[in-house]
This record gives sequence, C-alpha cells and structure tokens, in this order.
Amino acid sequence: MEANRAISNEENICAEKEVDLKGILRILEKQEGRGGLIAILEEIQAEYGYLPEKALRIVSDRTRRSLVDVYGVATFYRSFSLKPRGKNLVCACVGTACHVRGAPRIVEELEQQLGIKAGETTADKEFTLETVNCLGACALGPVVVIDGHYFSKVRKSRISQLLDEARRGFDKAQPGKDKRIFPIDVSCPHCNHSLMDETFAIDGYPSIKINVSFDHADGWLRLSCLYGSYNFSTEPDIGVDTVVRFHCPHCRVELPSTSDCSMCSAPMVPMLVRGGGIVQICSRRGCRNHMLDLL
Amino acid sequence: MITLRINGLDVSVEEGTTLLEAARFFGFPIPTLCYMEGLSPYGACRLCVVEIGEGPSAKLVSSCTYPAEEGLKVRTASARVLRARRMVLELLLASCPQSKTIQDLASAHDIRQQRFRQEYEDCILCGLCVRMCEEQMMAKAIGFRNRGEKRDIGTPFDVQSDVCRLCGGCIYVCPACQLRCTYTEPEKAICGGCANLIPPCLEKEQFDDMMCYMNPCVACEIDKKFEKK
Ligand code: SF4
Ligand code: SF4
Ligand code: FES
Ligand code: FES
Repeated sequence: MEANRAISNEENICAEKEVDLKGILRILEKQEGRGGLIAILEEIQAEYGYLPEKALRIVSDRTRRSLVDVYGVATFYRSFSLKPRGKNLVCACVGTACHVRGAPRIVEELEQQLGIKAGETTADKEFTLETVNCLGACALGPVVVIDGHYFSKVRKSRISQLLDEARRGFDKAQPGKDKRIFPIDVSCPHCNHSLMDETFAIDGYPSIKINVSFDHADGWLRLSCLYGSYNFSTEPDIGVDTVVRFHCPHCRVELPSTSDCSMCSAPMVPMLVRGGGIVQICSRRGCRNHMLDLL
Repeated sequence: MITLRINGLDVSVEEGTTLLEAARFFGFPIPTLCYMEGLSPYGACRLCVVEIGEGPSAKLVSSCTYPAEEGLKVRTASARVLRARRMVLELLLASCPQSKTIQDLASAHDIRQQRFRQEYEDCILCGLCVRMCEEQMMAKAIGFRNRGEKRDIGTPFDVQSDVCRLCGGCIYVCPACQLRCTYTEPEKAICGGCANLIPPCLEKEQFDDMMCYMNPCVACEIDKKFEKK
C-alpha cells in the first residue's frame, strides 16, 4: 500500500510537469457558461489520459467549486482515472449479466496475459486494465472494450488476438502517432460558419458536413476531418466519377470554385481552415486530389 | 398550516416541517443517528423510519427527510416500523460494533444479538462529519470519495487540507468514533478527548499507528510531529 502510493506519487509528479495552466484554462473557457463539471473533467481526461492533481486544483480554483466536490466527482465515476493510464485501455465488464456469462474468467485471462491486476498499468505503460459494472450491452456479454472498440461474447481464446490487435492499433489512421495525419477544423468561405458536425463522428473526430447536389438529387456529405483520411459518408449514395456541387449547410451558398483539379480537371472546392489557410478538395467522387495551403 | 395524524392524534404543523420534527414536537420519540439539529437532514441511516399511509399502500419512509403532508397518517411505532428499526440496528451493529452510540441504541431496542457477518468498520458513512464541516464550519475540508464499497470520507488526495480549521467538529459529531484515543501505546491512553477513528482532516502517513489525526490533538495538545523526534 505504502509502496504503491509512493509510486503513484512519483508518477503524478513526472506527469504533472506536462500539465500547463494554459491548457486547462482553454478547456475551462470552452466549457464556460455550460456549468458542467463532468464535461470539464471529461475533456481534461481526454487531453491528458487521466485527471492530474494539479488540473483538479485549477478546476476547483477557477470554477469556485470546493476541491472536495471536484475530487468527489472525479473519484465517483469509473470513467475518470486519477492515475496515468497506459496507451491502451482495456475495460472488461463484470456486471451481473457479464458475470454469469463468464466475465470473471475473461478478467483472469486478461490479468494473466498482461501480468497485472485489474486497475493496474503494465510497467511498459502499454496497457491499463480496468473493470466496469455494466456497459448496457448485457445481451452481448461478456463485453470487453479496448480503446473504445467494443467486443462482444468474448472468449478466453480470443483474448491474445485482441491484445495483439490493440498493440498494433485498431485502425492504422491513428492521429497523433502518424505526423501526416491530423485533424483540421474548416468553415464556409462565404459565411465563415464552421462546417464541423460534432453529432456525427468519423475516425473518432467531428465530421465536416456539407450539403451536396448532383443530377437533380441532393443530400449531405460528411467527410473525415483528418487530413490524409479519405473516409466519408453520404446520403444519398453518390456514384463514382459524379461531379457534385457543394453548398454550405448554413448560408446555403454554393462553395465557389476558383481552380480546376490538376488530375481530372473537375472544379476544386475551397474551405477555410481555422487557424489560417485554405483546403481545396476535388469535387469528383473517387478523385482524391486535395491541396492544403496554410498561411 | 398542515394537518396530519400522528399515531392517531390530529396535529397541525408549519409547512415544511419534517415528520421527525413534527413527531418529536408532539412527544413521539423517534430514534435517529444521522440526524442532527442544525445540519441538513441526510437520510443515510434509516433508523428514523416511520410508516405512512394505510392498508396495502402503507410504506416506510425516513421521517427526517419526509415533509409533513396534508391528511397524512403516520405511525411512529407500529410493529412493522419496530421490525425495520431493529433490522437497521442489527446491520449497524454488524458494521461498527464498537460505537457506543450504536450500542446504546441497540440496547434501548432490546437487541442482544445480530445475525449478519461481523465487520469492524471505522465509519458508517452517516455523513455527519461532512455536513458539520460544510454547514457549520464553512470549511468543506472533507467529503465523500469513491463509491460503492470503496466509499469513504477524507480530504482530496489524502493530504492535509488547507481549508481545514482544525476545529474538531467532525470528530465531535461522529457516532462511530467512540473508542478512546490510544495514542501510540494503548496503555498510556488517558484523555479520550479526540476519541475518533476516521477523522478525516489530516494527512495520514505520520499517524499510522494512531487512531487520531488531529495535530496537535485538540484535547491533549500533544504535537505529534514534535513527538516524533
Ligand atoms: S476539523 Fe477540519 S475537517 Fe473537521 S470539521 Fe473542522 S474544518 Fe472540517
Ligand atoms: S467519519 Fe463518523 S461522522 Fe463521518 S460519516 Fe463516518 S461515521 Fe459518520
Ligand atoms: S453486465 Fe456487462 S454489459 Fe451489462
Ligand atoms: S436519522 Fe433519518 S435516516 Fe438517519
């Protein structure tokens, strides 16, 4: 117990160096007026992977909540962690339904393969193993969640494969690891309204929503905001090689084309990038030409 | 004014009065543990149960949190209420048998034995200390942490709180803390002034062998850091 505490303190101190006041203030500013402590903590956790002591102290200070309350909330919810977590988070459900469907054996197997107990992080900081008490998918139990990916009816024999997959990364397009892939935030060049749609995520990020029209049909198109990812979703389906026209969903103005695609000579459609710059994408479905001009 | 019937007696009380206050005012005793005048009612211990309503819709509620309602029929000592209360006391005895307060309550209810697995918890999570600290001392130095079976009372991050006033209020109200202060050597225990087990306001490390974390002790004024040398 004592030794444990010593280690975690040390970890806290190392990690705390990275916690800068500015980052926390930015999050607080964003959440200002919405009044949700949980939303603030969630965002801090998303940023740092856990809730650093220093961050909680800043939050309590700035939001005029007592530290006891902030700490109480932070320790109440399982999704918050006060200790730094490993790169991959493995969450095994041990709720009632999953329990009767064999969750204890799954947890045992995970513990054995990772060489840690539930609630701990491996020495190489690769994996953190946690248990939760019901993920609301009881019929699919036992449920294991690895890095946000849900696995149902998990069997002991499947675990080593799942851990391997997690080690490799579930989708190759992992922003942050690959420098060429990063999220951008775009807005309409006419009304300057943001085109980001937080309600619809692609690649785990808010998507870029644009209205499209082609061949007497119209609908919407949502693009991944990861520069370098070609994932998208449309309604209705757009046939390959169709050239579509893009409209801002807010001001309804057609995004004006200023140049043609160097590869297929369809019009290139520009969007403003927050922070300065223009990204242009080819309006022909299937053509992957795009250009990014940062100012 | 609200008119209600307590144990067959028609009484009227101010709006906003709780059943507990009303019953006590008219002379019907109800035992309580987590209730204290001057602190907001919390409804944690369920010792103050009373029966309301009639026939099959009659139900048990905690009187310290239930507001008086027009025409309500309340029984403070029906067989059902007494049975429930005894059960609550047995459970309390099972978790914290060393508490004098709980022992006294149990003996007043003629309980000689409890039928659950015996534990020796330091804290029954009644929340009195937390409310004391917040509502009377305006400090908010301690609070509930974690949840489920890990729920406990303490300061954030387990370090000495910089807003604690060292008033000892939390210790004073705690019903679980009736063991005497044993300092580091039980036979030298003399004062019993602090008399607590999970007193939440100070850092725990240096007080490992002690029951009490007040520093300096409010009663004996021994400065423990100084004693260590
Ligand atoms: S001693 Fe500290 S923790 Fe206890 S009631 Fe007083 S201020 Fe609160
Ligand atoms: S420490 Fe004492 S007063 Fe505080 S919740 Fe526990 S039993 Fe109640
Ligand atoms: S018990 Fe596992 S999802 Fe509900
Ligand atoms: S006194 Fe009412 S629940 Fe404790």
